[in-house]
Amino acid sequence: MSILVYIEHAEGAIKKTSLEAVSFAHALSQQTGGGDVVAVGLGTIAEDQLAKAGEAGASKVLYVKDSKLDAGVIQAHADAVAQIYEKVGAKTLVLATSSLGSAVAARLAIRLQAGLVSNVVELPDLSSGYQVKRSIYTGKAFALTTVDTEHKILAIKKNAIDLKTDGASASVEVVSLEIDQANFATTIISTDQATGEVLLPEADIVVSGGRGLKGPENWGMIEDLAKVLGAATGCSKPVSDIGWRPHHEHVGQTGVKVAPTLYIAVGISGAIQHLAGVNSSKYIVVINKDPEAPFFKAADYGIVGDAFEVLPKLTEAIKAVI
Amino acid sequence: MKILVCITHVPDTTSKIQFTDNNTKFDKSGVQFIIGPYDDYALARAVELKEQLGASLTVLNVGEADTEPTLRKALAIGADDAIRVNAFPKDSLFVASEIAAIAKENNYDLILMGRESIDFNGGMVHGMVGQLLGMPSVSPVMKLDIEGETVKMAREIEGGKEYLEAKLPLIAGCQEPIAEWKIPNMRGIMSARTKPLNVVEPSQNQSATSVVAFKLPPAKGSVKLVDKDNVEELVKLLKNDAKVL
Ligand SMILES: Cc1cc2nc3c(=O)[nH]c(=O)nc-3n(C[C@H](O)[C@H](O)[C@H](O)COP(=O)(O)OP(=O)(O)OC[C@H]3O[C@@H](n4cnc5c(N)ncnc54)[C@H](O)[C@@H]3O)c2cc1C
Ligand SMILES: Nc1ncnc2c1ncn2[C@@H]1O[C@H](COP(=O)(O)O)[C@@H](O)[C@H]1O
Repeated sequence: MSILVYIEHAEGAIKKTSLEAVSFAHALSQQTGGGDVVAVGLGTIAEDQLAKAGEAGASKVLYVKDSKLDAGVIQAHADAVAQIYEKVGAKTLVLATSSLGSAVAARLAIRLQAGLVSNVVELPDLSSGYQVKRSIYTGKAFALTTVDTEHKILAIKKNAIDLKTDGASASVEVVSLEIDQANFATTIISTDQATGEVLLPEADIVVSGGRGLKGPENWGMIEDLAKVLGAATGCSKPVSDIGWRPHHEHVGQTGVKVAPTLYIAVGISGAIQHLAGVNSSKYIVVINKDPEAPFFKAADYGIVGDAFEVLPKLTEAIKAVI
Repeated sequence: MKILVCITHVPDTTSKIQFTDNNTKFDKSGVQFIIGPYDDYALARAVELKEQLGASLTVLNVGEADTEPTLRKALAIGADDAIRVNAFPKDSLFVASEIAAIAKENNYDLILMGRESIDFNGGMVHGMVGQLLGMPSVSPVMKLDIEGETVKMAREIEGGKEYLEAKLPLIAGCQEPIAEWKIPNMRGIMSARTKPLNVVEPSQNQSATSVVAFKLPPAKGSVKLVDKDNVEELVKLLKNDAKVL
């Protein structure tokens, strides 16, 4: 039985969350007695990038080389993946929970009559049916969910599974598909993307600032620390509401949900809505001048102190060891 | 022009999440319910479009009777009428097929939803409804304007924005800053009491998954505090204990 994995890329580089989905599919195929793990990439992707899916656990990569698919037009991607799914004769589709991935998965759930579970955090338990653990209530709880259909779609939550890196480089086969023009009903006019930065949703380390930083002119301290760590920068909601930082940096219940190895929060009080976006982080460091700030209750390490004093010192101290 | 906004009835964002009945049911005691925050953005934008274009605005929820105060609140904010599909929303397929059935009957030009619900966080229902109706669906949308038959949108992508256009009919999953949340005023609250809230029985009854049990994450250990004059200690902990540097 084959498993198909839909992989996303940003300007030709495969996303880490998609490689995690490949590793998940690999582990799933081992659990269910082997079978091919086929990864499918759409658009324009360098072949050596595609081959990387092999290291993450794919046995084969199908490459639909079509520049019309470079933009993430949801319906067109869904149509391409459905055609490949049928061609491969797969019974399960695995992908990353992301804005494009989830949208594609939703359309495919209807088209393939497949049961769909999102935010999956573990391999399914097959001892009693097909039971999947998924994260709900923005990380505040889990639901054990059975999938009651023959065809299954699992959308994996980021950082939920260890990335496999020791697989063999996979063979890449270019396939061409006919995609009906009707699937391009939404037209992308332009994109406006920050380049050269570490993307927040994918970042391994995040340095975030809150209202405690007093104004946008003080973000240099946050950026310096982020630079030393190779981290992405984030912020609390009021900070993006007032326009100190761009909206796509806002972390929390109503913003980006991050799941980095290390989250450093500076001058953020730790309101429950902010915590909802960071509670999947492995380690949390809090710097706040108020010892009663609620964020300390969710933190692993903390410093009670003035950010303007502590942050430059911390950046220097980290520079000295890495 | 007919607009439909699909809203969820979810625990307030500050709620403590707990379960009862041997971890098989959500514990509603002491929990305040609200319109899903993303649905609230969708509703706010729909009210603006209604005023601008003279559209009609219907709100829809798939849920049991206790969701009615949430629908009334949406009426107070500015919807003209409400529909409740009288059923427990078992999974996203269940919700999507009921919404699609209602939409097929009523031919809405624009269907707005939230980018995701904050209980199950699927981010799935808009795409499913889109596929069921053969309509394009776009999410997460942070700006949406209508010029004639054309909808102009900005969509958030990882690390930036994408500007796109489509023709009506269309489905969009919304998020900020598409509009500012609206608070019902006194006149709205009064008029909401007499606006129609129609209850219909589910017609599709489809689902593909079942929740067997809920689980809470393990409690967090207590924080290790480091003196502000000894940041080197923190660096040491991050390097040697957490091994993240
Ligand atoms: C429906 C809803 C959804 C929401 N969603 C989100 C969300 O997704 N994300 C989010 O972040 N918020 C969200 N909020 C808002 C949230 O409730 C808080 O208001 C917000 O997180 C507070 O931001 P803050 O911590 O930056 O600011 P504040 O609460 O003002 O805290 C500033 C902190 O900085 C500290 N400080 C001040 N000066 C210094 C200094 N010199 N050095 C060190 N520390 C200092 C203070 O002690 C304080 O703890 C939401 C609210 C609602 C109602
Ligand atoms: N029970 C429901 N009733 C009405 N609309 C819903 C319901 N569940 C989800 N939706 C809509 O679908 C969007 C996405 O939900 P979800 O796919 O659950 O994350 C929500 O923001 C709502 O607009």
